[in-house]
Amino acid sequence: MKATAWMGTDSVKVIDVPDPKIMNARDAIVRISTTAICGSDLHLYHGYIPAMRKGDILGHEFMGEVVEVGPQVRNLAPGDRVVVPFPIACGHCSSCQRGLYSVCENSNPNAGIAEKIMGHSPAGIFGYSHLLGGYAGGQAEYARVPFADVGPVKVPDEISDDQAVMLADVFPTGYMGAEMCDIKPGQVIAVWGAGPVGLLAAASARLLGAERVIVIDRFPYRLRLAEEHIDAETINYEEADVLDTLNEMTAGRGPDACIDAVGLEGHHGNAAMYAYDRAKQAARVETERPFALRQAILACRSGGVVSVVGAYGGFVDKFPMGAFMNRSLIMRTGQCHVQRYTRPLLERIQRGEIDPSFIVSHRMPLRDASKGYKIFQKKQDDCTKVLLKV
Amino acid sequence: MSSVDTVLLSELDGPVPATLPSALGLLSLALGVGALIAPGPVARLTGVDDSPAARSVLPAIGLRELGSAAGLLSGRRPAGWAWSRVAGDAMDLTLLGRALADRSGDRRRRVALTTLAIAGITAVDVLAAVRVGRARRARARVIRMQIAVTVNRSPAEAYRFWRDMENLPRFMAHLESVRADDLRRSHWIARGPAGHRVEWDAEIIDDQPNKSITWRSLPGTRVPNAGRVRFVPAPGDRGTEVRVELRYAPPAGALGRAVAKLFGEEPEQQVRDDLRRFKQVLETGEVVRSEGSPNGISVRQQAMQRPAQPLPSSRR
Repeated sequence: MKATAWMGTDSVKVIDVPDPKIMNARDAIVRISTTAICGSDLHLYHGYIPAMRKGDILGHEFMGEVVEVGPQVRNLAPGDRVVVPFPIACGHCSSCQRGLYSVCENSNPNAGIAEKIMGHSPAGIFGYSHLLGGYAGGQAEYARVPFADVGPVKVPDEISDDQAVMLADVFPTGYMGAEMCDIKPGQVIAVWGAGPVGLLAAASARLLGAERVIVIDRFPYRLRLAEEHIDAETINYEEADVLDTLNEMTAGRGPDACIDAVGLEGHHGNAAMYAYDRAKQAARVETERPFALRQAILACRSGGVVSVVGAYGGFVDKFPMGAFMNRSLIMRTGQCHVQRYTRPLLERIQRGEIDPSFIVSHRMPLRDASKGYKIFQKKQDDCTKVLLKV
Repeated sequence: MSSVDTVLLSELDGPVPATLPSALGLLSLALGVGALIAPGPVARLTGVDDSPAARSVLPAIGLRELGSAAGLLSGRRPAGWAWSRVAGDAMDLTLLGRALADRSGDRRRRVALTTLAIAGITAVDVLAAVRVGRARRARARVIRMQIAVTVNRSPAEAYRFWRDMENLPRFMAHLESVRADDLRRSHWIARGPAGHRVEWDAEIIDDQPNKSITWRSLPGTRVPNAGRVRFVPAPGDRGTEVRVELRYAPPAGALGRAVAKLFGEEPEQQVRDDLRRFKQVLETGEVVRSEGSPNGISVRQQAMQRPAQPLPSSRR
């Protein structure tokens, strides 16, 4: 089959690999119809996630048709149209049973490596480094889906591929980011990053009853999406001082909750600040460029929530712990427990409350994956989200 | 972890086997006393009664023997004292060699017989020294581990799975097979690098249903080992804390190196991985596999990942 493989920093290639086969009794094989490039795939593309190997198949957002199931999969049958959550979760460990699917205790066969860096191991993730399991990803014609009796959700015919594939990662991730803010009537929510997750976090904040939603980014076309589709207010951090503007907008209180939907490759309006962290990151003295996180902490209303759904991989410098501690802030974070959200969010799409596919800017065939990565990386052609059609 | 008695290994936890050194100690005592109080008859018996020097050399040898006797019978540092006897034997054999060259007739025959006897004793001394030394080093090499994992199953379920010893190879990566001979005895085969296999028999020495199982290898195995697993209810209704203690004593030499390789440079990590697989098998039904780690969790696998793409047909 054809599959998108990581070939080294800034290099992906569609190559021929063997077709996947059932390896565990609870596996299913899915023939992929639509798959997406995630912002976090760019962290892999840029080489910021350790333990990648040349030839690793990328992709953790995909959907398609079940073509084969293992002997222990009784809820799915060949022919079912399904969307697959990006975290691989067994459903039976105590984390899964508490709904914490992205920290499944059994799905990372390389847990020993992850423990050395993170203390304990999170769940395995499709196509996301050997640190997180060494699983082949879904930017391919077929994928093996472990624990198919737990993760995949059947998609009704009236939901399009473009809508359904949003349930693999970005919509639940954005939704969880908003849910962690514990939004009360009248509250103001600020979102750093107007990529797919940030836009869907802002949209979810609306769904959950936020009074005002403010989105911060530097790309006018992305901020325009926030204004047009979410009725959000926006700040272009290259044109305005973010803290001053937020204080002005909230009459000095600060946003009630701040969502970091940027993660480890942030940019900064101040060139010197950017250069400082960028240089440390290049020298691997620091693994992240946590501008959004630092700013979110400083901006947040005292006693408010800082909700982190942007991806981090290692260690952060200059964490404003003084502000965080003295102002009684709360941080909530996590890789999304997608399995918890797929069905309720599918229902919201069915009821017409939201169409998360408004973020999709590009659709192209799988064989053009390399071009898709390039366009997404360079933010060319007003790119927000690339779908690959198989 | 709460302190528990360590599992006893009969080869390792008793006193160092001391029968032979004690016997040699008594022999030294007899020889020493004889040489001191009756140097004349001893000289006649050994065929050196014609030498004026023998009268002063024999009491000195007697003193040396008394020293060895005291050391060996005290039970302290038996290996050192056993080697001191070997050194004494070498000295005696040298003296006897010279005596043999100077003599003829009946005296020569008596010196020859003495030489033969001393050579025989030397062989026994060497054997004792080697054995005592080996036992001491085996104790020094004993590896102990205490590792635990929390499994989302009841103590009864975890106990039942472990109690069927034939299940152990399903999660202990280095085991090829375990055959239960009866309810207590089992035969274990571990696979190592380069076709090395290590086999042993083990017995369950304590079995507390749903609480703990204690086993150890039978005496005579080349890799004495013992273990205990306890199944403790995890607080907050979170299943079972499976707490494992292991002890084993890898032998010296090529086999020892093979056993060391078997457990890798991080034996604890391997046992931790075994317990992770135990958790996977109990919670999910089998060992979890990925394309990068097609054989599931293992230190070696984690160090040598294949690319995360489907396996070629030939490797399935």
